[in-house]
Amino acid sequence: MMVTMNDALQTYFDQLRQRGLSPEREALLRAELADNGRHESPELYAEPLPDGFHGLNDFCCLQEASEPQASYTTRIGSLEELLERDRRREQDGFPRKIRVGRLIKPGRGDKAKIVVVPTTVEEKFIHDRIRPTGEEGSSGGSGDGEEGEVIGEQPVRPEGDQGGGGAGHGGGESHELESSAYDIGKILTEKFELPNLKDKGKKSALTRYTYELTDKNRGFGQILDKKATLRRILETNIALGNAPDLYDIDTTRFLISPRDKVYRILSRELDYESQAMIFFLRDYSGSMAGKATELVASQHVLIYSWLTYQYERQVETRFILHDDQAREVPDFHTYYNLQVAGGTRVAAAYRLVNEIVEKENLARDYNIYVFHGTDGDDWDTDGSEALPELKKILTYASRVGITIAEHPYNPGRTEVEKYLFASGLLNEKPDIIRLDVMKDDADEARLIEGIRKLIS
Amino acid sequence: MQLIDQHTKQIMEGCKERARAAGLRFQDESLEYIVTNRDLLELSPKVMIPTLYDYWVNDVEVLKEKGKYELYPGNPYETVINTRPAISFYNDNNPDWLNVMIFYHVLAHIDFFQNNHNYRHTWDFDLAGEALTDKRLIARLRAEHGRWVDYVIEFARGIDNQVGYFQELSQLHRQPADTMSRRLNYYFDVFIQSVKQVKISDFIKEIDRFNECMQNFGKLGENTFFAEVTRKYPEFDAVFAKSQSPGQRGRLDLLQYLMEHSPFLNRDENKWMKSVVEVVRKTSIYFQPQIRTKIMNEGWASYWHETLFLKDERIRGHEVEFARVHAGVTSMPRVGLNPYALGMRLFQFIEEQADKGKLAYDYQRILDAETRKRFDAGTATGRDFIFSVRENCADFLFLTNYVDQEFVDRHRLFVAGKRLNKVKMTWEYYVKSRSAQQYRQMLLDTLYHPPCITVDETKKNEGLFLDHHHEGQPLVQEFIANTMMGLEFLWGGPVKLRTNEVVTAPQLAEDVWAGMEEPEATWHTVIYTMKDRQLTKTVL
Repeated sequence: MMVTMNDALQTYFDQLRQRGLSPEREALLRAELADNGRHESPELYAEPLPDGFHGLNDFCCLQEASEPQASYTTRIGSLEELLERDRRREQDGFPRKIRVGRLIKPGRGDKAKIVVVPTTVEEKFIHDRIRPTGEEGSSGGSGDGEEGEVIGEQPVRPEGDQGGGGAGHGGGESHELESSAYDIGKILTEKFELPNLKDKGKKSALTRYTYELTDKNRGFGQILDKKATLRRILETNIALGNAPDLYDIDTTRFLISPRDKVYRILSRELDYESQAMIFFLRDYSGSMAGKATELVASQHVLIYSWLTYQYERQVETRFILHDDQAREVPDFHTYYNLQVAGGTRVAAAYRLVNEIVEKENLARDYNIYVFHGTDGDDWDTDGSEALPELKKILTYASRVGITIAEHPYNPGRTEVEKYLFASGLLNEKPDIIRLDVMKDDADEARLIEGIRKLIS
Repeated sequence: MQLIDQHTKQIMEGCKERARAAGLRFQDESLEYIVTNRDLLELSPKVMIPTLYDYWVNDVEVLKEKGKYELYPGNPYETVINTRPAISFYNDNNPDWLNVMIFYHVLAHIDFFQNNHNYRHTWDFDLAGEALTDKRLIARLRAEHGRWVDYVIEFARGIDNQVGYFQELSQLHRQPADTMSRRLNYYFDVFIQSVKQVKISDFIKEIDRFNECMQNFGKLGENTFFAEVTRKYPEFDAVFAKSQSPGQRGRLDLLQYLMEHSPFLNRDENKWMKSVVEVVRKTSIYFQPQIRTKIMNEGWASYWHETLFLKDERIRGHEVEFARVHAGVTSMPRVGLNPYALGMRLFQFIEEQADKGKLAYDYQRILDAETRKRFDAGTATGRDFIFSVRENCADFLFLTNYVDQEFVDRHRLFVAGKRLNKVKMTWEYYVKSRSAQQYRQMLLDTLYHPPCITVDETKKNEGLFLDHHHEGQPLVQEFIANTMMGLEFLWGGPVKLRTNEVVTAPQLAEDVWAGMEEPEATWHTVIYTMKDRQLTKTVL
């Protein structure tokens, strides 16, 4: 299967080359083509000892104890409490210090379960490394091997369970705060002042009722509607001839029939609410390795949480991954954890969205949101394939948010950014399509800022 | 937390006897506690000191990816802490033989704490007791001042790696019998250099004049000399007297400087903050030696638990189990550093070298490999020698002095490099170098080394002016703003920091090979200014 896929990719690459490619572009594409990676769920590899030796301690080494693990309940009162403290900080004139949830560990299947780790940093003057990120410094070693000899390798694990930022020291399990996406959404909305959503038409009927005093009833009821009652009495008395001269009415002569009294009465009303369908699109091509993926996935979880809150849990999600081809995956776990590999064709993902929407006739019943995270690379350099599909999405979507996590070494604009700007779509439909470009070393504050940009 | 049972305590006492007989020295009393998972959770953020003051950050998961050990030099899960009596922590289900091994390990740690000169400042009081007083103080202040106590803790902790640990030590290690009088030292070292800022030629003239006085007038020479001084500088006696008042001796570290000179902290209504700052400073200084002796401390403990366990007749029959655990702790990793393994081997190596008289000039001079191999002066002083090493060295000297090519070759050590293979998308580990010099350098590079930041007093009129002394490393940029904001708060006015930053980082070489030259970075000097909680940066 791999062979045929690569063949297809090769053919696509050849087509592109015939259309003309700059040497650098070609080299880049070739690198992705040559990368025989497969999208797999990451497995655990034997890891060398962590950098430095200060982490080793008697407890783990001698007593073979693992680091203690606990749920947040042993330590933290609640997320609310922490955020309250943080809010007071801001009032006192100091920047906020608590960060919420860069760690996402959705369990397989259970989509609404997200793990938040409230974290903070204690800043000090400390030395930084100036070494390039490629070579991660050197460490000690012992045993055989000539100088220069490669003695082992370890897959670059661009994503995985600890992909979301890691929970402090090692274990990863310690004092996490399990919270539903709904709660995080609430926090995002209230504490980070993300905007509330505008109602965009109520589309779907739900089996939920509200009781309102909208119905009128004659004779009995909860509240007398004086104006309506007066009108009825007048009508009755005109009919009876008790008001011969309309310019000189003598109300003492009026008769009041019980049926004239108009009341408001409680009534059961069917409630209509908005319902949302969110498409999450993630580029999992080879170039997305590392921070870019982490960033996109984190942001998507936050967006998901926010929309869950906004739509009172009436949110459905679809997850689509794409390299040069697109596929739909069933849950966030898979969406988040599949490894990067392969080439990039954004159009494939957009096309799949269009297909799904069309086939299931979603446009009629849902507010549709499409969020796409990529590093901005696209083999389809001028967007000649992606743009038509995107335009089609724009006809029915409530919002399309594109996040580009730029590699720091990338000079100038990325492909996707370039063709989006060239297409003029961003200016034409600013209320539907948004673009956010950030460096892939952005922090959480920047992420939330990005969300604000995408959804406001 | 509960004490170990009588049976286990008896084993501990047996271990103490045997350890003493082998030459280890430590106080009689020790406390051993069984800890549960939950206890550990509460203890670890408090560096295992049960009585340490409370601070909300301890309740939050702290992100430590960047500079984890720079920020937190204390070991979160240390088994034994340096208190009087020493307290150690245990799992409740350890078998006896394992406890014996751990007890020896712990006793060697205690011996190290109580004899290594880097811990000199911790010898005269009990931290657990003092921490408890501090904890109560902070709790009381918190009742009065609420969250502002936490701000002060936060901001003081922001610079608690700048504490003058070595100054503190040098006070304690100073020779009591000064050959020169204090007055004389002050005159030449401080007064005419810093206060009067005389020219070098005048400085030399003064020295000549002093020598002349001593020659001509003998015992009265110094007084004669100073008679002239007070005539020239009438204020000298007063200035000298002031300099000798307590709190004025030695250079002040950053926290001390703030406490002494900050207009904000010295306001009457803010004086309570100084006690908080002092608590933070004291606590930090206490833990400074731990991270600076990690390799030695663990090596020493591993050396002794091995030596003593194998001689202990009480646990015969558990040698195989011991070997398994021991090997797990002290085997040299293929890639990575293990302080237990490295330290233990180095102590064993030093002992052997000293036994054969190899740590001497005679041996160093020999070039012939075969003669070197067979060299044995029969001095047999190895044990004594390692005891003196454990007394006088910290990791830096331990590694610099004793890691040589012979040691590196014997244990087949190498510097392991890590590079990215873009084609396979893997990290490759490779043998970068087997030279002792490079191995040593690699080790030294991993040692704890906080940046050196001092107050530039000549720029007093610009507020608090800090100077980061350039050592080829920039500061972590994202931390500068908040740290300086804290400083501004504690100082009560604008704060400046002069530091160097990288203009162009060395580019990642496509191919990395052994012995290649490290690409150089280019630097420029910048000044950060924190004013009204706004950070600005000017490039010089």
